Amino acid sequence: MTGDRRDWPLYEVFLRGKRGLNHVHVGSLHAPDDAFALSHARDVYTRRNEGVSIWVVRADAITASSPDEKDPLFAPSGDKVYRHPTFYEIPADVPHM
Amino acid sequence: MTTTPMPPTEAALQASFDATIAHHDRIEPRDWMPEGYRKTLIRQIAQHAHSEIIGMQPEGNWISRAPSLRRKAILLAKVQDEAGHGLYLYSACETLGVSRAELVELLLAGKQKYSSIFNYPTLSYADVGTIGWLVDGAAICNQVPLCRTSYGPYGRAMIRICKEESFHQRQGYELLMTMMRGTDEQRAMVQESVDRFWWPSLMMFGPPDDASPNSEQSMAWGVKRNSNDELRQKFVDMTVPQAEALGVTLPDPDLRWNAERGHHDFGEPDWAELTAVIRGNGPCNAQRMAHRRAAHENGAWVREAATAFAARTAQEAQR
Ligand SMILES: [Fe+2]
Ligand SMILES: [Fe+2]
Repeated sequence: MTGDRRDWPLYEVFLRGKRGLNHVHVGSLHAPDDAFALSHARDVYTRRNEGVSIWVVRADAITASSPDEKDPLFAPSGDKVYRHPTFYEIPADVPHM
Repeated sequence: MTTTPMPPTEAALQASFDATIAHHDRIEPRDWMPEGYRKTLIRQIAQHAHSEIIGMQPEGNWISRAPSLRRKAILLAKVQDEAGHGLYLYSACETLGVSRAELVELLLAGKQKYSSIFNYPTLSYADVGTIGWLVDGAAICNQVPLCRTSYGPYGRAMIRICKEESFHQRQGYELLMTMMRGTDEQRAMVQESVDRFWWPSLMMFGPPDDASPNSEQSMAWGVKRNSNDELRQKFVDMTVPQAEALGVTLPDPDLRWNAERGHHDFGEPDWAELTAVIRGNGPCNAQRMAHRRAAHENGAWVREAATAFAARTAQEAQR
């Protein structure tokens, strides 16, 4: 790694707001290595008690779906209305359904 | 500049674990936890995961013989969901330091169990409805309180699962309602199916509290939030009015409302039957395990092909 900041890799930052919740993506930052990324994430994203746990992961380690693929990926579930509980008509007087 | 802090003592770690539990807070994967807690969770979550996967079989049996395309699409979607539930739970279990491959091996070697209910056969299409109504209904009763279990990844998996289970229960009940509006023969099929599944559904909550030795510790750790008997009672109270609305009789002569308790009284399930099924002597235990083993072995080439393809792609990318 060179000393030039432009070469620092991009990291994505995930925070767990409190115990029991999922880590949620909050943003990103550049850092020279994993340890710096973690401490910068602490400084940038948790100054007001926003988290009890931080994950940082190099952005180039993430494989993401591309917007162009939106249709082939997600359209197939669009017409499967029967996957939703509201598809089934059950009289309102049947309790606990 | 940097000083290495003294590692906390075991007593301090235990105290902080106990405080988290006492606050009804969640334990997360990187927290210290007592070995017994970890072991209990691995056993329970793995058993739960195996149940989702083995649970695909009784209903999967009917996919190719569904009475209409509509019912086929619904059943396929439901069984597909159960595979997903198994995956959520195996992943939650892996955060405790075991691998999914190990868990699958333990299941196939008969060293870990799955829910007794899946060792009963599905004899008619009405069973698809009954399973959705009673078996998924009982599972929901069990799983809703587990959304607040003390281990974070398990609770979060349960939240996802419970959201999906609602469709399972409703499609089952709607199927039965449709059959009850049909011919006498169809109504008789529904009643016959309910007769077979009622008692095994009650057994899904496990042995009675005084015969459930691990329950107390699980409750103290917040792994379980309600006792077996509490949940069983809740299920009976929920189900009775649903059975009335459907027009079926639940096969228990002792089932009646007890105004004093504010709950239904009901008969004693045959615990000897539950013990026998858990020990491997239910009607379908051998068949379920043989099918799972065969599916695992017959799927080996898919796993091998995927690995080979990934290796080749990586090699080509290097060139
Ligand atoms: Fe499920
Ligand atoms: Fe289900």
